Order: sequence, then structure tokens, then C-alpha cells
Amino acid sequence: MRRGTGFRVAYGAAGLGGLLVALEAVSRLGPVDERFLPPASEILRALAAELATADLWTALGETMWGWALGLAIAFCAAVATGMVIGSVPGLRAATHSTVEFLRPIPSVALIPLATLLFGASLGSTLLLVVYASFWQVLIQVLYGVADVDAVAHDTARSYGLSAWSRIRHLVWPTALPYVMTGLRLAAAVAFILAITAELVVGSPGLGLSIQAAQSAGAVTTMYALVVLAGLVGVAVNAGVRALERRVLAWHPSVRGEAPR
Amino acid sequence: MTGPETVRRKDVRATRTGRTALRVLTVAGVPALLVISWQLYSTVSENFYVPAPGRVARAFAETWFSERLLDDVLPSLARLLAGYALAAAAGVGLGVAIGLSPRLRAAAEPVLEFFRAIPPPVLVPLIMLLAGIGDGTKVLVIASGCVWPILLNTVEGVRALDEVLSDTCRMYGVRDLSRLRHLVLPGAGPQIMAGLRQALSIGIILMVISEMFASSSGLGFTIVLFQRGFQIPEMWSGILLLGLLGYVLALLLRRLERRVLSWHHGRGVGRA
Repeated sequence: MRRGTGFRVAYGAAGLGGLLVALEAVSRLGPVDERFLPPASEILRALAAELATADLWTALGETMWGWALGLAIAFCAAVATGMVIGSVPGLRAATHSTVEFLRPIPSVALIPLATLLFGASLGSTLLLVVYASFWQVLIQVLYGVADVDAVAHDTARSYGLSAWSRIRHLVWPTALPYVMTGLRLAAAVAFILAITAELVVGSPGLGLSIQAAQSAGAVTTMYALVVLAGLVGVAVNAGVRALERRVLAWHPSVRGEAPR
Repeated sequence: MTGPETVRRKDVRATRTGRTALRVLTVAGVPALLVISWQLYSTVSENFYVPAPGRVARAFAETWFSERLLDDVLPSLARLLAGYALAAAAGVGLGVAIGLSPRLRAAAEPVLEFFRAIPPPVLVPLIMLLAGIGDGTKVLVIASGCVWPILLNTVEGVRALDEVLSDTCRMYGVRDLSRLRHLVLPGAGPQIMAGLRQALSIGIILMVISEMFASSSGLGFTIVLFQRGFQIPEMWSGILLLGLLGYVLALLLRRLERRVLSWHHGRGVGRA
């Protein structure tokens, strides 16, 4: 069943090509009105035209800035909180109910609050992004800290390692694979929420451009921007995966992948 | 004669009450502290945006235990469930088909990765354009956002079926439907459930957003209405209701998962 990359590239390209042809055909031959679903070639042309404008890059920059800043805040806060909750005895049990209640709250529930507090600005984006990604990371950090080997922990204690060096040399390396999983999930969620905030609250960025294109009836541009959002999403996922592989290069789960 | 016996029984009862008290304290302690500090903050600060918990609770009862429950909450939930069910059926069906054929999988993978990476909320204006404004559109939005995590997880689960089991099935001539029923679906079950879990949170997001965009009823619409009218306690009660819904739905799904995968849990495998 294991085949070369050539096979996968060839079939993958065929799949993408098939999608483009199907889109083109559906729109040109008429099942769907061309005004509502422009042919693929025109969407790509519009995307190329958009990529040549400064406005688009500004909007994209604003989206990515909100994404990165929110993700960074949530990540640091969640790692710190998770380490404290995980290492102080009893604290994990005491906070369990609170965490399990707050975690499934959809962060879009905070949209009205964000609108009132920050209006259409970066603050709204940050509120939604931070809330959504905080829990993703926190849960994984808690799993990771709970995974520390009891014997290793006792050994570290009996050799007189201080609390800080225990965290540095034992807890953190153990939790790191979990932390990276959390970061990967959080990065995707953060991107969704960044776009959502722009789309619904109207914070500046790619989502706002999509919203503007829709209200202006610039259908082709809107499709082009949606495609762009998808491409950025792919890049975000791929980037975080690459980071994960790099940070965990020493870990058996990653080392095991290499010979394939 | 009976002395030590009674003492021991009393002891047991005492430790049992002690244990129950401790459990109540661990479960309710932190939430109680949070509510108390919220109450203290709201009395001290007079912040317009932070009403006292009592007022929010009253607003909650007045707002949601009324005809709004029938007019706004239930239709929202019905749309969510319809879209989610549609996505689950399509995702698992297509996922099994794609996962079983290496060629199809290789061809579909880049396309699927791309569709999954599109942030689902941008589908709202897009599908509104194609399908107009109505219940159908909202269901379609929810379904088309939820389908990707289910689909991709199913493909992944089917691909990673145990090869020995697969070969054994082939040897014994277990084919077609019974192969699907006894090998493919159970084998991919844990992954499918993981996909369903991811899809649920996306579904709730899309339920709210599709109503915020173009709607005259529904949970999302009502909450935005409160916010625009600066009805702050009502707005908070709406946020609370959404939180409760998210919590309850996640809980129900976990119950379902435990039931469907009861044979799988306890083997200590996989936490996706």
C-alpha cells in the first residue's frame, strides 16, 4: 500500500485540476448562475489582481498580526496557568469543574461583549482569539503535566533538584509533545476566530474585506478572497506542523517518522 | 461487647460524610469563589458592562423561560442538529469511500486539506449568495462547515485500519456490508468520534454567526439585538445560555461516545 511521493503528487495534482475544471464547467455550462459562482479561471485572475494591490496586503497583515498576537498571549497564559495548576497538589481537582465548564463555551458567544468593549478594532479580534485558543493549549498542558513519570519525579526530588529545575528538565520536556499538539489545534482555531471577528464585528483585516466585497456585489473578488483565506489557512497548518517537527526532533514520535 | 463495632461504624460514616463534603468542596469551591468575587466586583465598581450576578440570573429567567424559548432557541437548535446530522452522514459516507481507495485518497487529499483550511465563517456570505436567506441556507452553512473535520478524520481512521484484521477479514471472505459493519466502521470509530467532537464546536460557531448575519430570529440574532439595545443583563444571560448549550451538547456527545466506543475505552488507546 505504501507508494512513492510521485504517485501522491500526480494524483493530488489531478484532484486539484479536476476541481478547477469542474468549477469552470459548472459555471460556464450553466447549472449555477455565473453571477453567483464565477468560473475558476476568473476567480484566479481576480486573486492575482487583488494580490497586486497594497490594500490586500495591509488587510492580510492585520489579520495575521491579530492571529499571531492573540495566539502568543493565549499560549503564554495557558502554559503558565497549566504548569501552576498541574504542579500544585489539589489544585487540578479543585479547578477541574471550572475548566470543564468554561472550555466548551463557544467563543462566538463573546462577540456582543467584544463589540461593546472594543468595537471594530484589534481588541475584539484579540478577545475572541485569546479565549478560543487558551483552552486548547491549557487542556494539553494539563494532560502533559499529568503524564510526568512518577519514578522520574521522585528521582529528581531525591537528587535535590529545585522546583524550577524540575520544571525545566523534567516537566517541560515531558509536556512538550502535548504542548505542541495544543499549539497546533490553537493555531487553526485562532485563525478561524480572527477571520470571524473581522467578518462579524468588523475589525480590520481579510474578513472585513470579504464582507465589503459581498456588500459591494463584487462576487468574483469575494471568491478570490475566500480562496486566499483557504491558502493562508493551509500555510498556517503547514507552518505549525513544521515547527512541531523541529521542536520535537528529539522525540521518538517524530524520530520514528524519518525512515519512511 | 458491641462497643468497638459501633465505633467503627460511626467512624466509617464520619469519613464518608467527610469525603462527600470534600468532593462538594472540590467541585463547587472555585465556581463559588468566582461568583462571589463577581458579586463583590459589581457592587464595588458600578461598571455598566458588569451587572450583578443576581440581575443576570433574573434576566436569564425572564428572557429565556418565555416564548423566546420556542421562537428563538429551539429553531436554532433544530438547524444546528439538522446541519450537523447532514454533515455527519456525508462526512462518514464520503470518508469511508475515500479512505478505502488509495487512488481516490491521493487525488482528494490536497483538495480536502484546502477546504478544511478555509475558515468556516467565510462560508456564511458565500452560501447566502448562492442559496439566499432562509432556514435552508443556515442548515447548509452549518453542514458545510462541519463536514470537513468529520470527513478528514474518517479518511484517516479508515486508512489506519489494523492490517492484520483487514487481512483476516479478506481470508475469511468477510465482504461488502458486513466488512463495513464489523471491520471498517468500528475500526475507524475512535477517529470518527474525534471528528464529530471537532465538528460540534464549529457547528455552534456557525449556528450563532449565520444568525448574526441575516436573520430575524434565533439565538445569535437575539443576543446581538440585546447588545445593540444596550440591554446588558439580557446580553449576559444570552452569553450564559450559549455557554450552557455548548456545555450540554459537549456532554451529550461524550455520553454517546462512551456508549458507542465502550469496547474501545479502557484499552488506554488514543486521545485525539
